[in-house]
Amino acid sequence: MTRTRTRVGPLSTGKAPALDVDALIDDPGTGIIVCCGSGGVGKTTTSAALALRAAERGRKVVVLTIDPARRLAQSMGIEELDNTPRPVPGVGGESGGSLDAMMLDMKRTFDEVVESQASPEKAKQILENPFYIALSSSFAGTQEYMAMEKLGQIHADARRDGTYDLIVVDTPPSRSALDFLDAPERLSSFLDGRFIRLMLAPARGPAKLMTAGFGVITNALTKLLGAQVLRDLQTFVAALDTVFGGFRQRAQKTYALLQADGTAFLVVAAPEPDALREAAYFVERLSEDRMPLAGLIVNRATPAPVGDLTADEAMAAAARLRKREPGAVAAGLLRLHADRSRLVERELRLRDGFAAAHPQVATAVVPALAGDVHDLDGLRRVGELLAGKAED
Amino acid sequence: MSDWPQVRLHVVTGKGGTGKSTVAAALALALAGGGRRVLLCEVEGRQGIARMFDVDPLPYEERRLATGLPDDDGRTGVVNALHIDPESALLEYLSMYYKLGRAGRALDRFGVIEFATTIAPGVRDVLLTGKVFEAVRRNSRNKRAIRYDAVVLDAPPTGRIAQFLNVSNELAGLAKVGPIKSQSDTMMTLFRSPETAVHLVTVLEEMPVQETADGIAELRKVQLPVGGVVVNMVRPQDLSADDLEAARSGRLDRKTIEQQLIDGGIEVDDALVDGLLDEARDHAGRRALEDSQRAVVATLDVPTYELPRLPQGIDLGGLYELARLLRKQGMA
Repeated sequence: MTRTRTRVGPLSTGKAPALDVDALIDDPGTGIIVCCGSGGVGKTTTSAALALRAAERGRKVVVLTIDPARRLAQSMGIEELDNTPRPVPGVGGESGGSLDAMMLDMKRTFDEVVESQASPEKAKQILENPFYIALSSSFAGTQEYMAMEKLGQIHADARRDGTYDLIVVDTPPSRSALDFLDAPERLSSFLDGRFIRLMLAPARGPAKLMTAGFGVITNALTKLLGAQVLRDLQTFVAALDTVFGGFRQRAQKTYALLQADGTAFLVVAAPEPDALREAAYFVERLSEDRMPLAGLIVNRATPAPVGDLTADEAMAAAARLRKREPGAVAAGLLRLHADRSRLVERELRLRDGFAAAHPQVATAVVPALAGDVHDLDGLRRVGELLAGKAED
Repeated sequence: MSDWPQVRLHVVTGKGGTGKSTVAAALALALAGGGRRVLLCEVEGRQGIARMFDVDPLPYEERRLATGLPDDDGRTGVVNALHIDPESALLEYLSMYYKLGRAGRALDRFGVIEFATTIAPGVRDVLLTGKVFEAVRRNSRNKRAIRYDAVVLDAPPTGRIAQFLNVSNELAGLAKVGPIKSQSDTMMTLFRSPETAVHLVTVLEEMPVQETADGIAELRKVQLPVGGVVVNMVRPQDLSADDLEAARSGRLDRKTIEQQLIDGGIEVDDALVDGLLDEARDHAGRRALEDSQRAVVATLDVPTYELPRLPQGIDLGGLYELARLLRKQGMA
């Protein structure tokens, strides 16, 4: 029979330029690496593996993770949430590098911001307000904002004390890219916004604002929420207003830090349409906001099959074989080969589609591991794969 | 016969990347046989339904989406779709209950709608679940509304699902009395009743399975009814247990395989055989990991359903194929 020699190539073939991970983490100019992407693509593992690799290549690294798997957290010694970076044992050695890790406690970070900005009395009043409690623990953008807040803090400390020269940040699995980039802006614009002024109005002298519209609104709110809730809300807003006068300024500072030269964004994805669509969105948003994008990491890629037997040929041969020898093991092998070839072709098509739309984005492709990663050796292995240096 | 004859609200959750939206869509198609009407809802603003079914982005309006999977007698039903966003849900709620036409617009102008739907804690979730509740129960004020035999909700991920559905708790700090409180209590009654089932989608990997176990524990703690576990994207099962074991330990007989390949009409060379044996070993290793996770899923003690990973990805045909498999296994 004749064979069509369409080769399903190795992982590195694709239309995108290759991302040199080692060059990125070795560059002393790289001070912050932010890993972003949709949920379930291996962002946390990627962040931890990058941080470990950088540390073992001589950098003084801290990695800020959001929600690592329990066993991975244990192996890094950060299963407790205490919101402070802790050294990861057994890292560095002769390289002179070091690795600290911490898991973000969103509520605690928020509490600390309040405590640092308000008098103890005022802070207590805020921390006990039901609106604050809910806002600080469950508001959809709070986690994103607090990750950035913590990054700002660690960055300032590191610059002052010379503790770290590289900060790797994992980001929360956002509902969308917007949550992560917009949360600071949204929170601060809300606090400076019209609604706040409305809520503060009675305290500041209602006469001026007693327009028809205002009456309708307070009536509606009272009807919906009850008078007590409205009072709680007003207390909350009034307290926040005094404390977070500089909130916008804070948010802008963090934003500027993200745009700065020393920052590198890595978009993490899996070779699936949804994850790549989300990645494309991130890439576009980052470039619109002039955030420095270093590249795309495609995790969980199916390893390419060896040889040039196509999926169709394998399926046809399997069918013939099955007819002649029911139960032949080679028929099973051929069908597995066909399945893998189809997956690889599909993934390549998806990646090429992405590359066609975003030809400037350097890409690293990481083959799917057989199991989960829960120790430093596993992270080292991922690091090698990220850098394209795995021996196999 | 379905395992869930009483259920009218099927909530489908799962860790990111496990394919929960796909499963929700397939379940809706599977339920919509024999003249039944099913509503498929999404609440995360992703327009995933529109993409899966290749239709225009969905508005806040129940639209006909697809014909259901025919039953044994060839009778189909209908799947409608609804994209729920909190802003529209709030405005609809206000106009339905308070006739707040003008005030509703004023609220919008003053940023109250934005506040309620983005900043006010828990309110966003309550608005989303509130609309789902309305679709199941149908409000007497909403007279021309379509009545559904079942509603399928493509819900937020496993990590958030208990919080998302536990609406009275979410609002506990805000509304202790008043209309919102009584409304959320009524919603809880439905969500905790045998008319609701929360299904969890997973893949056979350690972390998603662990999250599924945690999710089930959390749901039970707040007395929300746990439905089934859908194990998605299962690897092909082309090798027997014996052959898998042999492949794993490198004991597959090379000569036999070479001969069989020749019998199948393939030009054999060493590289090809080596490659196939390598692939088989890799596959066998992954299958063994799947089996160990499958054993963990079995300890969860809930009905489980398995769906294959489709090598071509999920297209419309694939959704019907998955629907057929769910129905065959008794999920619908």
